[in-house]
Amino acid sequence: MIEPVWRITWFTIACAAGATLLILPPGVVLAWLLARRKFPGRGLVETFVSLPLVMPPVATGLILLMLLSRRGRVGALLERLGIEVVFTWKAVVLAMAIMGLPLLVRTARAGFEQVNVRYERVAATLGAPPARIFLTISLPLAWPSVLAGAVLAFARALGEFGATIIVAGNIPGATRTLAVAIYGYAETGQDSQAFALLLVSVSIAFVALWTANRLVERSTA
Amino acid sequence: MIDLDIDITQGAFQLSAKVRIEARAAALFGPSGAGKTTILDAIAGLRTPRRGSIAVNGRVLYSSDAGINVPTHQRHVGYVPQDVALFPHMLVRGNLLYGRHPGVSPDLDRVVRMLEIDGLLDRRVTDLSGGERQRVALGRALMSGPSLLLLDEPLAAVDVPLRRRILPYLQRVRDELTVPIVYVSHDREEVDLLADVVVMLEAGRIVSVERLARVELHGPTG
Repeated sequence: MIEPVWRITWFTIACAAGATLLILPPGVVLAWLLARRKFPGRGLVETFVSLPLVMPPVATGLILLMLLSRRGRVGALLERLGIEVVFTWKAVVLAMAIMGLPLLVRTARAGFEQVNVRYERVAATLGAPPARIFLTISLPLAWPSVLAGAVLAFARALGEFGATIIVAGNIPGATRTLAVAIYGYAETGQDSQAFALLLVSVSIAFVALWTANRLVERSTA
Repeated sequence: MIDLDIDITQGAFQLSAKVRIEARAAALFGPSGAGKTTILDAIAGLRTPRRGSIAVNGRVLYSSDAGINVPTHQRHVGYVPQDVALFPHMLVRGNLLYGRHPGVSPDLDRVVRMLEIDGLLDRRVTDLSGGERQRVALGRALMSGPSLLLLDEPLAAVDVPLRRRILPYLQRVRDELTVPIVYVSHDREEVDLLADVVVMLEAGRIVSVERLARVELHGPTG
């Protein structure tokens, strides 16, 4: 079955956007904690978050599959709640989220580290509790980096392949993303289909990266 | 009144300070590296002493014996750091109102009139002159309704002519708002014009506490 290009494109963008929104709140808070706080297990958290960056994506996908399948711990629990993740769009979003998280956290963290700690200290002397300092001082001042991190995570999510194919498969109309579809078409010799999707991929990636770079430039200017 | 009895270790630097300050304006005076800013930071809760106690007007802010360490945002101290650190993403008005606590803070109109910054409220802080920044930072600290004002070299960043123009504002704060001031200085003239008490520091030790006779303020008419 040949799916229209626009459907695959739309599905991929929607999943990538969903994944980015999903990781944005926890990722930004994590980035701030790593930049500003010393807490037990900090090094461990730091390493775990970045792990998907260096691990083969296929391995990450396999771990997710083992956790989320019916025989997995999390999967069994979710099944009892009537939630099915594996080989659905939810698995696509999850795989994208986990692969994008390190990029968001690392970029946002660098942004928070650039904020002069004096602003946060002065805010504390003015009576602002930590949560208010985060929302009114740190976040607005680190905003360009947070946004750049989100764009990078989004771009990474768009191209996600390895983890997605393992945990979500290649089901036309259900879990087929741009990357997975390109692979499928190339494998089966449908070159013109593959080429069309390739153009779409390159364009989206270009726009996303260009935007991210402009944002980082603005934040360091 | 401030009761201070603290030991602070900071790398190779050791500070040991025990003093009771009862003054409307007290100067921490001494050469750079004497530990003046370290003391301010400890009072503000930005640096935790190795041991000791800090109390302001009888309220214990820190005590290693009693296990008390009030977080900075609950200490009610207005702190103006040396680089003033106005929030760059807010207008002057936003900076002034950042720490306002209804019922505790002074009236905004009164503060801006006293510091003569009423015309600056809608300006960006990056567009201010050195003297204006200094006064806005002072106003921001005052607007939080502090029970104590900590100023780190309030006049160091501005040139001499400007210094003469900012001093009267500090004197006004001291006399009109009756917020006690502790400030760091290494300028003797500035100390003479503002302080009741001078705490002299050298290499992490208090070498003397001197009470200045303020003739012009304690005269027969004052």
